[in-house]
Order: sequence, then C-alpha cells, then structure tokens
Amino acid sequence: MKAFLAILVRDLRLSLGSGGIGLPVVFFLLVATLYPFAVGPDGALLSKTGGGVLWVAALLAALLPVDRLIAPDAEAGVLDQYAVRGLGEEMIAAAKITAHWIGFGPPLMLAAIPASAMLRLDGETLAAVELGLLAGTPGLAALGVMVASLTAGLRRGGALAGLLMLPLAIPLIIFGAGSIGDFGGGAVRFLAAASLFLAAVAPFAAGAGIRALRE
Amino acid sequence: MTASLTFANLACMRGGRVLFKGLNATLGAGDALLLTGPNGVGKSSLLRLIAGLLPAYTGTVTHDGRLALSDENPALDPRLPLAKALGYWAGLDSTGPAAVAAALDALDLTRLAGVPVRLLSTGQRRRANLARVLASGANIWLLDEPGNGLDTASLALLERAIARHRTQGGIVVVASHQSLGLTNAQAVELEPAE
Repeated sequence: MKAFLAILVRDLRLSLGSGGIGLPVVFFLLVATLYPFAVGPDGALLSKTGGGVLWVAALLAALLPVDRLIAPDAEAGVLDQYAVRGLGEEMIAAAKITAHWIGFGPPLMLAAIPASAMLRLDGETLAAVELGLLAGTPGLAALGVMVASLTAGLRRGGALAGLLMLPLAIPLIIFGAGSIGDFGGGAVRFLAAASLFLAAVAPFAAGAGIRALRE
Repeated sequence: MTASLTFANLACMRGGRVLFKGLNATLGAGDALLLTGPNGVGKSSLLRLIAGLLPAYTGTVTHDGRLALSDENPALDPRLPLAKALGYWAGLDSTGPAAVAAALDALDLTRLAGVPVRLLSTGQRRRANLARVLASGANIWLLDEPGNGLDTASLALLERAIARHRTQGGIVVVASHQSLGLTNAQAVELEPAE
C-alpha cells in the first residue's frame, strides 16, 4: 500500500510537471472551440451534436499522454528498480492507472463546463456529459496505461498506441454518447460497466506488458 | 545482517543464443564476486538474472537478503534535486532521509544534494546511481561497471563504500574491467558459450 501511494504520488507529480495534465485539457477545449467553426454557428445543430463531439474530444485527449505513461519509466530503468524491489507489476499498473485518472478525469470534467457553453449545450445535457465522463474516464485511463505498456518497447509506439486504443474504446464512446440522449439512464449503466471492466482487466494486461518489457 | 547468494549451473539465453552456461558461485556475508570477461559475454545479463529481471535458461539463483542493482540506467527523475530523487527510492526501501544523507556523504555528493539530476555530469550521475544502492540498505549489491566514468578520487570512494559494506556483512557482485580494490574476492570469468 505504501508503494502504491508512492508510485501514485510520483506519477501525478511527473504528469503535472510535464504538461501531462494541461495538454489533454487544452486539446479538449480546442476541439470544442473548433467544432462550431467547422459546422457553423447553428445553435440547434450544435446542441444536438455537441455532446457526441465532447466524447470524441475526450477520447482523442486521452490518447495524448499515452506515450508518457510507461515508456519514460522503462527507458530510465525505473521499472527495473521496481522489479528488483519485488513490487508486483499489477500493483504498479494499478497505481499508474489511478494516478493517470486523477490527472485526467477530473480536469476533463471541469473543462467540459466551458466546452459545453461553446457547443450551446443545455444544463441537462451538460449534467449527462459530466455523469458520463465520471463513469467513463476511469475506463479511458485504464485503457491508456494498458496500451502504453504494450507499446512502450516499440519504436514509434505512440502512433501504434492510437491504432490500438481507439478501437478498444468503442464501447466507451457508444455508451458515453448514448448516455446523452433520451435513453440515457440505461446507457450510462452500460458505460459504467464497460469502464469497470476495463479498469479491472487493465492492471493485469498492463502488468504483463511491463514484465514483457524486461526481456 | 545475514546475507547469502547462491547460483548453480546458471545459463542464460538471449535472442536464441546461449550467452553463458554452467556458472556456479556461493557467497556468504562479507563476500564479493568479480565478474570479468570480454564485452557482450553476458556480464550485465548475469547481474539482471541474479536480480530477477531475466529468467534463467537453466539453473537456479537463491538469495537471502534484499537486492540492490546499479546498472547504466540512473532511474532518478531528471527534474528533481538529487536528494529528493534518491529520497523516492529510499522511501520505497523504508530507509529514509538519513540513509540518503549518509549515501550522499559517502560518495562526496552532499554539496550537489539540491542540484537537479539533469544538470549532473556523467561521473556525478554515476555516483548518484551508486548512492541509490548505498541508500537502499540492501544486503546484496549488484554493480554493473560501477567504475565507469569515475575519476580517481571517486573510485577510491567507491572502493571504500564497497569495503565498508562487506565488513558490515553485505555481499557485492561487481561486473567490471577494473579490480576496484576487492580483497579476497571470488572471481568468475565469463566465456562465450560456443
């Protein structure tokens, strides 16, 4: 537990220092700003499609920090040092997922408030988006760390990470965007289920990925 | 401090190639082992194997006591001041700031304690890497070319630190082309397996 907290705090500090938190948020806001320029200032159209745009933006923002989650630690020998100390790879992955979520989920939920204003979303839709982000971002964070550990040893792993992560995030985006419409209640439960499933599986997949990096 | 390290009939396979085979050693408290051999013969792999980072192809490694590894990777956060970067590992090892201060002192790094790791020179970084091992409080030190990039004064500090560790009952395994003043050390010369 002590090691879990130590790794969590270190990863949070690193992502604060390297723009790992600010960058996805700025990207998310940029997409929300650009979208009205692309489709025109039609309020009805914006408010109808805006929720889905926010989900696509959240997904793409989740991709940005992926190359910083595992690869630098692998190159600097930090993961080796964890292994020499006998720390479990699954625990390391779980700590990294938690740290990544704290640095990614809540900031994105905050950024969704100004973004929803730019997309002319009403209060009800914003509430649905916020609830969906709360349920979905743990899954996105888990997916990010999992994909990061699987691609860390590869050259140009960052590009591959996108190809690997986006298809796996399809359930999250379907239920996330679905949670905004008329049948939102059911979709948000599915979203939470998909997110929970990813968060439960990812530490093991990422742990195996971290072990494989040592070879 | 009781520590022991034993490996028997150890072989290592990397990329479908057997690097070495049939290695044996038994080390008790205060013992040292010097690994020698030409480049690429598998000295670093043997250290990683002992550290549990690589699986053994054949043979077994058993050890009693905690391990600490110093290889070419510093594993210190480049933006952090040296003492804080070392403190992260000392925290995981439950040794704390006093151990960091002692390690910095032993390797003449005390006046660099507040300097970010990224600003350190090659030799200073090497010493910082060794300070991480000193501060870990581990019984068994695995040192991969610890003398690389060190000046004469720093080499003397390293030799003194190793000697002190051995008199306290610790074990040192060193892969090095330098003898590092090891007295009564066992030696394993690695040879290409073919």
